Amino acid sequence: MKIWISIAAALLLVACGQQTTSTTSAPADTGGSRSGDFGPPQGEPVNAVLTAPPAVSPATGRHAPAKVIVELEVQEVEREIAEGVKYTFWTFGGTVPGSFIRVRQGDTVEFHLKNHPSSKMPHNIDLHGVTGPGGGAASSFTAPGHRTQFTFKALNQGLYVYHCATAPVGMHVANGMYGLILVEPPEGLSAVDHEFYVMQGDFYTVGKYREKGVQAFDMQKAIDENPTYVLFNGAETALTGPNALKAKTGQRIRMFVGNGGPNLVSSFHVIGEIFDKVQYEGGTHFQENVQTTLIPAGGAVMVEFHTEVPGNYILVDHSIFRAFNKGALAILEVSGEQRADIYSGKQADESYLSDKVGSLAPVAAAAAAKEAGTLTKEQQIKAGEVLFKGTCSTCHQDTGLGLPNVFPPLAKSDYLLADKKRAIGVVVNGLSGPVTVNGSAFNSVMPPMSQLNDDEIANILTYVLNTWDNDGGKISKEEVKAVRAGTKRPEGAAH
Amino acid sequence: MQRAARIVCLIAGAVCVPAWAVQPAPERAPIPGGTFETILPPAEKVKVAKVRPFRMDRRTVSNADFARFVNEHPEWRRDRVARVFADTGYLKHWPGNTAPGAGLDSQPVTQVSWFAAKAYCEAHDARLPAWYEWEFVAAASATAPDARADPKWRQAILEWYARPATDSLPAAGSTAPNFYGVRDVHGVVWEWVLDLGSMMVSADNREQGDPDLKRFCGTGALTMEQKDNYAMLMRIATLSSMQANYTSSSMGFRCVTGPEPGP
Repeated sequence: MKIWISIAAALLLVACGQQTTSTTSAPADTGGSRSGDFGPPQGEPVNAVLTAPPAVSPATGRHAPAKVIVELEVQEVEREIAEGVKYTFWTFGGTVPGSFIRVRQGDTVEFHLKNHPSSKMPHNIDLHGVTGPGGGAASSFTAPGHRTQFTFKALNQGLYVYHCATAPVGMHVANGMYGLILVEPPEGLSAVDHEFYVMQGDFYTVGKYREKGVQAFDMQKAIDENPTYVLFNGAETALTGPNALKAKTGQRIRMFVGNGGPNLVSSFHVIGEIFDKVQYEGGTHFQENVQTTLIPAGGAVMVEFHTEVPGNYILVDHSIFRAFNKGALAILEVSGEQRADIYSGKQADESYLSDKVGSLAPVAAAAAAKEAGTLTKEQQIKAGEVLFKGTCSTCHQDTGLGLPNVFPPLAKSDYLLADKKRAIGVVVNGLSGPVTVNGSAFNSVMPPMSQLNDDEIANILTYVLNTWDNDGGKISKEEVKAVRAGTKRPEGAAH
Repeated sequence: MQRAARIVCLIAGAVCVPAWAVQPAPERAPIPGGTFETILPPAEKVKVAKVRPFRMDRRTVSNADFARFVNEHPEWRRDRVARVFADTGYLKHWPGNTAPGAGLDSQPVTQVSWFAAKAYCEAHDARLPAWYEWEFVAAASATAPDARADPKWRQAILEWYARPATDSLPAAGSTAPNFYGVRDVHGVVWEWVLDLGSMMVSADNREQGDPDLKRFCGTGALTMEQKDNYAMLMRIATLSSMQANYTSSSMGFRCVTGPEPGP
């Protein structure tokens, strides 16, 4: 009965809008929470289907308000944040982000929060889809080994973040305590071929990016908003390699993308795709034909696009250093027939001599040879030359002469050649402060070359030692590895 | 009657020599007391709390200590305790009703309720520490009575949270002593305090701005005075989530002697 009244009211509003604002009228609003109460729940209570990311709970398929029971368990778990790097996550449902929750507008949600007995901390939940003080936080404050219950009516449709709000809130969020709850509009969402659940978050570890071992939360970095990792779904490998999202050409894709924060705003972008439709901020209205959309910390978005051309599509935070240096990468693998009429693929690849960086083929060859145990000094030098030109020559110059008073020379450098092993530490850890090279004083900063792996550093240094009449030598991957392992990072070290 | 029970128990102990009967009870360290800036201001615009001299156990109470207690006071055995005094998790990590399992003897006892901890201390002519007493001692590093402004010391404490609670606990008294010669204060377990009932901090520390809610003023001041003292914040959040019959795998206790702190 009440539904009919609301629909009638909505129709009336539409009619009014058209009367008063001529042909280009804005659509009437949905009425928000004022129109979201469809009366008491009907039928038997329903258990919500919670799914682990990147899976999305199935559509409710309901046409009447129901009582929905949600049982969510908080677990504190240690797992990999990056390869070889462990971190203790605090989770809703054992995953980062937490379980996906899907209800329909007007549903009465009976929410049970359970805190696993092995937890160290009390936890609670603030759902942004709740109308009421704290979003449920105070009502769901739960000691380890206990459970709490509260009930709310989902009055507003939309995609909402939920998160833990126990003191210190920032730390609970930084440890992964967030997820998404979708409140479907009464008529449901349009049918698509795939729905995915992706959530960005920033993480703060005492060790630097990819520093191996168990890493603790770094409070100061969190306060400084200087994350070590920016990740989709809580791990660098969560949505890459075998874990990549998968679809076929000619399919409609919908992504529910949230941003848990705690600090950063996401510039969400899918490389090689254009969002046909963006329900920005997880709201009701949409924008079309969007390249990049902002997702605030504690906010979400629904994006839709259609796949045409097969290949890998990379999800990034287009604040792009986060993607390439802090892990904010995920992959959507699209398989299917090529569509050369839409995208040709590479049609020409000719040499163009002004290009500073040569082919990376020698680097690949050296890496393969190292793997096979057949690496020669010459291969190292060739690979090192390519890498040097891509990275080091910006400052030290192709000639190895550096720039007077600014960047020290490497060619016949007494500082370099006096202690060849020291050079490893300089590349791994950077070098700042006064040094004297070939009689000239330099006082500058070389950042740690964190983007280079042990192999690459060994090859670069071998190239440097055997070029510009330097007197030779060879640096091995093992030597670089030893230096890296033996370096104690200063507290709060930058990446 | 109680004395008789104790003697019987000791004789029985001498015959079968269970490991829990051997470990001596913790000694107590003298704490000089004094005034200090507390994280939970006692009143509006009062930042300092006063602590009178008292003596505090040098280590947390161990499973062996607690086993002696439940054998002397069988009303605190897990199969006999009233539910209002301890929830179903009470001593659930022990294989039996009267003794901890192998390897647990020297570890801090956990899965004990506030009521049980309080009873244990009273049976030892002692009491649980008040929050301010605990906080006073916990401010000390190995070398300074108040190290709370030292970021390295804070970070070291925070790293405890990076270890899952499923790791086994170190032996009670096995961590380095602090300035007062007290061990295990940080990085081992949470600890019950006597005035648990007044640890009413909002579950949602964003509510600090609401002046109508007196119980929130603690956190409100906290976030203004010591907003980066996460380690202490979490301890307070944990205590305020616990009711007196709750137990948890990370909650232990120790006892103190001295005049009960007044208002």
